Amino acid sequence: MTDLLHLFRQSLAGLRLMVAATLLLGLAYPLVMTGFAAVASPWQARGSLVTSTGAHTTDPSEAVGSELLGQGNTDDALFFPRPSAAGDGWDTLSTYGSNLGPESPDLVAAIEERQAEVAEREGVAVSEVPADAVTASASGLDPDISEAYAALQVPRVAAANDLPEDAVRRLVAEHTAGRTLGVLGEPRVNVLLLNLAVRRLAGS
Amino acid sequence: MSDLAPALGQLAVLVVALAVSVPFLGRYLAHVYTSPKHLRVERAAYRVLRVDPDADQHWRSYAMSVLGFSMVGVLVLYAFGRLQQHLPLSLGFGPLTPDGSWNTAVSFVTNTNWQWYSGEAALGHLMQMSGLTVQNFVSAAVGMAVAAAFARGLARSGGHARVGSFFTDLVRGVVRVLLPISVLGAAVLILLGVVQNLASNADLTTLDGATQVLTGGPVASQEAIKQLGTNGGGFYNVNAAHPFENPTALSNLVSIYLMLLIPFATAWSFGLIVKDRRQGLAVLSVMATLLTIGVGLLTWAEMAAPGTAPQLAGAAMEGKEARFGEAGSALFAAVTTGTSTGAVNSMHDSLTAPGGGVALFGMMLGEISPGGVGSGLYGMLMLAILTVFLCGLMVGRTPEYLGKKISQREIVLVAAYVLTTPILLLAGIAVAVTASDGVAGLQESGPHGFTEALYAVASAANNNGSSFGGLTSGTPFWNTLLGLLMLFGRFLPMLIVLALAGRFSAQQRLPQSAGTLPTHRPLFVVLLTGVALVVVGLNYVPVLTLGPIVESLS
Repeated sequence: MTDLLHLFRQSLAGLRLMVAATLLLGLAYPLVMTGFAAVASPWQARGSLVTSTGAHTTDPSEAVGSELLGQGNTDDALFFPRPSAAGDGWDTLSTYGSNLGPESPDLVAAIEERQAEVAEREGVAVSEVPADAVTASASGLDPDISEAYAALQVPRVAAANDLPEDAVRRLVAEHTAGRTLGVLGEPRVNVLLLNLAVRRLAGS
Repeated sequence: MSDLAPALGQLAVLVVALAVSVPFLGRYLAHVYTSPKHLRVERAAYRVLRVDPDADQHWRSYAMSVLGFSMVGVLVLYAFGRLQQHLPLSLGFGPLTPDGSWNTAVSFVTNTNWQWYSGEAALGHLMQMSGLTVQNFVSAAVGMAVAAAFARGLARSGGHARVGSFFTDLVRGVVRVLLPISVLGAAVLILLGVVQNLASNADLTTLDGATQVLTGGPVASQEAIKQLGTNGGGFYNVNAAHPFENPTALSNLVSIYLMLLIPFATAWSFGLIVKDRRQGLAVLSVMATLLTIGVGLLTWAEMAAPGTAPQLAGAAMEGKEARFGEAGSALFAAVTTGTSTGAVNSMHDSLTAPGGGVALFGMMLGEISPGGVGSGLYGMLMLAILTVFLCGLMVGRTPEYLGKKISQREIVLVAAYVLTTPILLLAGIAVAVTASDGVAGLQESGPHGFTEALYAVASAANNNGSSFGGLTSGTPFWNTLLGLLMLFGRFLPMLIVLALAGRFSAQQRLPQSAGTLPTHRPLFVVLLTGVALVVVGLNYVPVLTLGPIVESLS
């Protein structure tokens, strides 16, 4: 009985503390950080949006996408991203990886289908299709592809845009990021920025 | 795609960053939890809260404070989830279901952060920042407080079972440790590109002419404490795989660093609190050894890519992000399951069979490599006492740890601690795979389907929070089962730890004798590592065999 009374008293003190904590940690802290972000890096704080000219913007209505978010592509004149399992593909309201296991028959079938599709699209043998081209990313919003997958797509993109392959290859190189500090992460190519550059070069 | 050299380089950067900061933070933590002085802002807080900051509580009273405070946390968060449609910044989302809201409330109060919902499709900004983020802080501070109480219990002699003041520990943990580091961490993450705003969803038109919804939210402020407090609940469904939560390889390493910082520093501070730095170092060495084994095995598994699908594709890139690759994903997976964080930057369901097994085993060890904030230390100390006891049996002497006698009552408590989580976990998996409602949630059949269920109950019982995401867990059955596992998996061990802290505090310290087993030497590090792997690990050999081991061999 005294234990219960004690528990009740402690809970009341706990309730007062929860109110204080909510004001400090649940309002003051995130709002101060939001203020800091608005001053220190407003563009990134809103989601690293870019316009069709590649310029930075914080207005979604001017943007063609976020540098950080992958988006679907159906245009054969552009680079294709990795497969996406987010909703019907690239759905930011339904981010998802396939979550299929290494022995899943569904996953094996999906990889075979994607390999055939990419090989036919790029006019190469199935064995030349890199892994990231046939595997769904974790987020379903992966903005990047590997250098190998980018290189594989260069001839098709160059031909479709009447550009010399070397020019497209240069664009790929310009949009390739290496490992941070030489060791962190993987070399990668940002698909949206690369496609914007391709459009600009082809249009000029 | 990952190469070995950069994989090792990434590890080296992490080790250097930790080696530089852990001793510093460890010293600071020891000061925070032993200093008699209060900051002015803390004094003001104690007056408003009407608590006595210098009430040196009996362990029972301390335990009641822990339970009372946590109970309030569950109720407040439950109400938040049920009423979020009436709050500002709700983004038009309705209330969570009763079972879902209960599960989420328990999940965040127990520092588990299991997520049955998808953040971007269920939660408004206020629920995220004023409901969940608050519990990210205070649930972490509760873990650190209990660890501090246990360390003080061991440090005292004839202390009348008193272990300190809970509300003082809680307030100090938040004000002096978690908040300042989170502010720094969030600022760094913002500069690295993590999103931080209060915007509602907005449409944009993609290059392809399709519409993509731009989601907003106070992500960075939540991300920093989610990693630092080993919570792990993501703002978005895909957690730290989402480019808005974890945009670059550098933000990935910062996240990993934040997860490990406090657990390792707590081990360091333990040595200082018991006035023998070598004791803290020994515990830290065991944590680091186990973590290194986990990182090594997981990285090997993902880079070697065994299994039908990875071999067909040419690499284990299903469920991984291109910017992290296999090595950056494997390191994250080993750290998130070795601590009790449970954030993910890859889909663990799609890890290779041995890789997923290592992640699972990291949780099953009780998360002591290095474990959750606070819980990692007291979990490891329980095993240290068990090790001393086992060695005492071999030489026929009454075992002692740091001058405290391990008699029958103490070892019964330790045994209860060591058995609690395995009993919860194994009972949980038995219920899950025999109930039709349990099996209904599985995405796959065979050993992988079994592993999906096993991973879920292991994650809940150990308060981890990561998942094999193919499991559909947002059902009344899974929400209830996992909620119960999280609740008992958190507070039963805590009660045992506090009871033991009280007993040690009351005991007089024995002088060292020739028969005392030194607990700071390499020999003890080896023994403790062995006990962790054998005594705890053996509980799970049968279930691991049915899941990842069979799958690895198929």
